[in-house]
Amino acid sequence: MAHTRRHLLKGIAAGSALMALPKVALASRAEADALLKKLLNGAAIQPGKVNINLPMVVDNGANVPMTITVDAPMTPELWVQKLHVVGDGNPLPFVATYHFTAQGKAEISTRIRLSQSQRVRAVAVLSDGTAWGATFDAKVTLGGCGG
Amino acid sequence: MSTPRIRIPDTAQKGVIIEIKALIDHPMETGQRKGADGKILPKRIIDRFEVSLNGQVVFAADWGTGIAANPFISFFLTATESGEFKFSWRDEQGPIFTATKTITVN
Repeated sequence: MAHTRRHLLKGIAAGSALMALPKVALASRAEADALLKKLLNGAAIQPGKVNINLPMVVDNGANVPMTITVDAPMTPELWVQKLHVVGDGNPLPFVATYHFTAQGKAEISTRIRLSQSQRVRAVAVLSDGTAWGATFDAKVTLGGCGG
Repeated sequence: MSTPRIRIPDTAQKGVIIEIKALIDHPMETGQRKGADGKILPKRIIDRFEVSLNGQVVFAADWGTGIAANPFISFFLTATESGEFKFSWRDEQGPIFTATKTITVN
């Protein structure tokens, strides 16, 4: 098991080094925006309610801890149904969509990949149909490869 | 691959919010990396994570290549009823990995 994990980590390190090279085609802000529009069925995004927590400086883009919270209740009367996360500087902009039920808290923690400095966007869709969004401009340095 | 790990409290008081953590070993291969032979390693990720309690889905996530390898997720539910949690991770190439855990709600 330890051998496999070390091998896997080496692979990830090599992978993130590869992602730093300009040859890899990366997504654009327009692509990320288009993806969000599709995920939201065209619903207008209002700023607010969503808080994206990412490190101020990312030194390992292969494994970035992220927490997102939404300032909204989780009751049968009003709850957060979905939370979409996209990044405009990865090869593919889609990070995740979370589906909630009317309970618990509108909060998730996970680990994402950021192949370069970019804008991460998170949009929450409430049960009343409204969409609320936030952005986080992540600064990514990739260790020896630099920014 | 696989070896999922989940952390849920064994017991909880009814109405209390509980944190659930889940982790699975998986390379989440993006389809961007090249192997030692110079060929692209094919894309292979877990694209769907689902949690159900007594047969009802209580939380789910669609994952993309932007999720890091060995995907980790922490989320929150309200303890409502005792029963069995079932977790499933769908590898886009077919296999579905699962894990279960019982909870007692007082």
